Amino acid sequence: MADDTKSRTAHLDLDTPESQIETYMHRRAAPAREEETYLDANELVLNMGPQHPSTHGVLRVILKLDGEKVLGTECIIGYLHRGVEKIAENRTYTMFNPYVDRMDYVAAVSNGLGYCEAVEKLLNIEAPPRAQYIRVILAELNRLASHMLWLGTHALDIGAITPLFYTFRDREEILKIFEKYCGARLTTHAFRIGGCQYETYEGFEQDVIKFCKFVRPKIDEYETLLTTNRIWVERTRGVGVISAADAIDFGVTGPVLRASGVKWDLRKAQPYAAYKNFEFDIPIGQNGDTYDRYIVRIAEMHQSLRIIEQAVGAIPEGPIMGKVPKVMKPPVGEIYHSIEAPKGELGYFIVSDGSTQPYRVRVRPPSFVNLQALDKMVRGALVADVVAVIGTIDIVLGEVDR
Amino acid sequence: MQQFLNYLNSTQTPGETGNFAWATIYILIIFGGISVAVIAMNWLERKVLAHMQVRLGPMRVGPHGLLQPIADALKLLIKEDIMPAEADRLMFWMAPVIVVITAFTVFIVIPFGPTHAVTDMNIGVLFMLGVSSLGVLGIIMAGWASNSHYPLLGALRSSSQMVSYEIAMGMAVISAILMTTLTADGAGTLSMIQIVQAQDKQQMWFLFRMFPFGFLAFFIFAIAMVAETNRAPFDLPEAESELVAGFHTEYSGFRWSLFFLAEYAAMLAVSSIAVTLWMGGWMRPFSHWLAGDTWDAFFSFFPAATFFLLFVVALAGTVRMPKHAAFKIQKAGLGAFALVLGGIGVLLLIPPVKDRIQDIYWFVAKVSVFMYAYIWYRGTFPRYRFDQLMKLGWKVMIPVGIAVLIVVAAAPAFNFVW
Amino acid sequence: MANDNPQDKDHLNPHPEKPGEAQRTGQSDPTLEQWTGATSAPQPAPPAGQPPAEASPSLPASDKKAGATPLKPEEAATPKPAAQGHAAPAKPAGPAIQPWSGEIVERLQARFGSGIRGANTYLGQNYFVVDPSVAYQVLALMHDEEEFDYLVDVTAVHYPDREQPFEVVWILYSFSRNQRVRVKASYGENQAAPSVVSLWVTANWLEREVFDMFGVRFDGHPDMRRILLPEEWQGHPLRKDYGIIQQDQQWVKINLGIESGQ
Repeated sequence: MADDTKSRTAHLDLDTPESQIETYMHRRAAPAREEETYLDANELVLNMGPQHPSTHGVLRVILKLDGEKVLGTECIIGYLHRGVEKIAENRTYTMFNPYVDRMDYVAAVSNGLGYCEAVEKLLNIEAPPRAQYIRVILAELNRLASHMLWLGTHALDIGAITPLFYTFRDREEILKIFEKYCGARLTTHAFRIGGCQYETYEGFEQDVIKFCKFVRPKIDEYETLLTTNRIWVERTRGVGVISAADAIDFGVTGPVLRASGVKWDLRKAQPYAAYKNFEFDIPIGQNGDTYDRYIVRIAEMHQSLRIIEQAVGAIPEGPIMGKVPKVMKPPVGEIYHSIEAPKGELGYFIVSDGSTQPYRVRVRPPSFVNLQALDKMVRGALVADVVAVIGTIDIVLGEVDR
Repeated sequence: MQQFLNYLNSTQTPGETGNFAWATIYILIIFGGISVAVIAMNWLERKVLAHMQVRLGPMRVGPHGLLQPIADALKLLIKEDIMPAEADRLMFWMAPVIVVITAFTVFIVIPFGPTHAVTDMNIGVLFMLGVSSLGVLGIIMAGWASNSHYPLLGALRSSSQMVSYEIAMGMAVISAILMTTLTADGAGTLSMIQIVQAQDKQQMWFLFRMFPFGFLAFFIFAIAMVAETNRAPFDLPEAESELVAGFHTEYSGFRWSLFFLAEYAAMLAVSSIAVTLWMGGWMRPFSHWLAGDTWDAFFSFFPAATFFLLFVVALAGTVRMPKHAAFKIQKAGLGAFALVLGGIGVLLLIPPVKDRIQDIYWFVAKVSVFMYAYIWYRGTFPRYRFDQLMKLGWKVMIPVGIAVLIVVAAAPAFNFVW
Repeated sequence: MANDNPQDKDHLNPHPEKPGEAQRTGQSDPTLEQWTGATSAPQPAPPAGQPPAEASPSLPASDKKAGATPLKPEEAATPKPAAQGHAAPAKPAGPAIQPWSGEIVERLQARFGSGIRGANTYLGQNYFVVDPSVAYQVLALMHDEEEFDYLVDVTAVHYPDREQPFEVVWILYSFSRNQRVRVKASYGENQAAPSVVSLWVTANWLEREVFDMFGVRFDGHPDMRRILLPEEWQGHPLRKDYGIIQQDQQWVKINLGIESGQ
């Protein structure tokens, strides 16, 4: 790389980028209200993480503090970087499939779903309807599991230790279903390119229906502990606010975007798998604060149950595996396919050079992009809000760092 | 020797009579008793919290984890004692000592019975307030001496929190003291023993006196004491998810265990104060409503009955233990423990012991209600944020405390007392 | 379940395929020959009660997607202008790259002329290939006038054989149109791509990641540093000349002082 950026870009006919950049810097500057600037304060730099109880893994946040007030943050990420995209280039399409489970390891099914669908599109094939239904059921179960884990850890960050155990108790039931279906609990590798590897086991439908009946009162139980709890409401309402315009600007997706009032869900906007066959609502919030994100996720859990109940009664008969070549050599070309993962838009951009190995696999991780909005959300808040906001963005470091 | 034993029939505390031998014995008993209570609390908190959270808690060390606190204490003692290289060594060393000393010193004035206190100071309440607020000094020293950011923030939080809630606590305490003037002779007192005796004379706990103002004062104290002891939902100074461990982040091993000991001792101390000021101290429930020898005899069986109940529970646990060779030792241990409990129950039926244990039993029973509430809070509430805690303290607790104080002070002047 | 045959539940070989596939070999696409060639290998006979996947009535012909059967080229020849996003392809999606025509394309071509080197559709997904010098203006126009208010992703692909080896890809999405468009521009080894942080704040980290992985600098980025890898890292891992094995051998040699066995 040449050192002199100016000389390298001299030939570029860029309109007026300099002024644009100034606009950006201006926009990025902290809210410059007079009463919020501390000129005479001794600033304190607090290094939060990578070993910290509530950075959800190995996130490191450098906080610039004035007393307890956050003046700015900087996220240092990459401690869990495993080079997933480079690995993909050195594996065949099939061999890479299990790797995607290791990104968002609490929602491995969604990762696999996105990858399999992307490769299927590139191969120009489609999974049979039965497989699509199984995929939807498992993906929604996984969304529930992911939201439950989020709720438990988020409540733990805010100091309520008990919901963690309740959510883990109920998440266990989902993992049992996964285990019975494919033998794995966390990194399931449940789907294959072209459909599903496994037929549903005997009593799968009954298990799922039983689980739906079991879990509805449990979700209400979490709500009795938190929703109207005075301390919970005080800790979450008005904390980490991000407006709809800002959320879109930051590329934030998933429940965080919906809590800001943008009614956008890829399952509705660009239906994939069998989602167009089901009725469900997109819960949205109004204020874009931590409390709304909590309410939105709770409502999403109920919607997931609705989808599961519709799907499980209507699984069509038929094969579970489409016509897939033994040696997968997609034609030269590229594809971007994204799904609504529990944390937001999970996209795969795959470039094929016609060989058995992908030429390039780019994962568009929702956590990574959402985490970028952390600075915007916590500026001017207190240290305690930082952990609340990190929790509410719902990051998984395996996905942030890949 | 006879003179030494004669003290048992004395009507005064050893501190007042200058009986140093007995004062020392009392101090040792209290120190030992608190330590045992802390160990028991440690086990109870884990078990109760675990059952609230649909899990079992300690089950491995001893039957139902009964020996877990002892194992933990041993572990802490043999753990490497780490002092950060940049720490202020003297202050780092002194901080836990100060915290422990202040937490235990409060017990000097706490009356477990009419004569069961180390001493009866005529400024008992002032002494209590003064000493317990010294504890924050140790916490600030710990935070400062660690020379690290998390402890510093924890110490700052702790100091501002304690200062704020000390005021609300003081308001509540003063209103209780004012209530002592409502006795027939109209003499108020700051002595802890005489405060209880005032409740006895007025035939009513101060909790129900001038309802709801007595209750309000108690309520303020009950909240302030949770904040004062840095427990959930006011555990900001050691907020695990924010400040890692707050002021004792850099402490380990025995020093850390001193902080732990002090925290639980302080919890017991403030609960004891609340019991003394509002809940009639050593008085048994309904001591005037259900008076008479029959009722006295009935209530005198409570200590023994409690231990028999525990004996039955432990026995049931022994019987329900899995029938497997691996559980043999555990089963024997729990059975032995049940027998010990039963033995204590029998001991409490022997007349001289039975009579003398009454006061202490009721006092401890009331304190344990508070201790259970502490665990309950911890299992239920999320944590307050710093500014919200301050807001609650300054904008709600202190104004309400002052209002209660004004009413309690002014009403008797108009001969309007209920 | 239709799939009762225990042999079929053997997950090692779950999809018996029919030799009747041979009709596809007439297709012009060479890769299809490849994959039908693979199916001609001996397969276990399908269970008696199970219809073959293609003939299955449960795979509805009314499904808008092309399904598992690629459609004939003449059907795919008329792409719908300004096609909706990939998930709702009302038109047949053949595996061939089709030219894309639509209002956006016309407007952009009118504005930038030859700066727009191509506007194509592949598998129902639209993309522009633009001249690197106008990439920023195109993106600014997409953001300001065409309501592409959400930058989904910025990434790059390394083609070492090309003259300008780094193809930077901006994936845009419009909430109002429910439409996804990719903009691609190629940059040389020492060329800097324009930063779009001024248009979408989200580009900040995404561009840093591209820089980290490919070494493509973004001109005008406020904080052009590595993001996932440590600052002192040598090389840019997602370049094609950055081999995993060499990297491993080097590491082992430096840190363990032995020759890597790999």
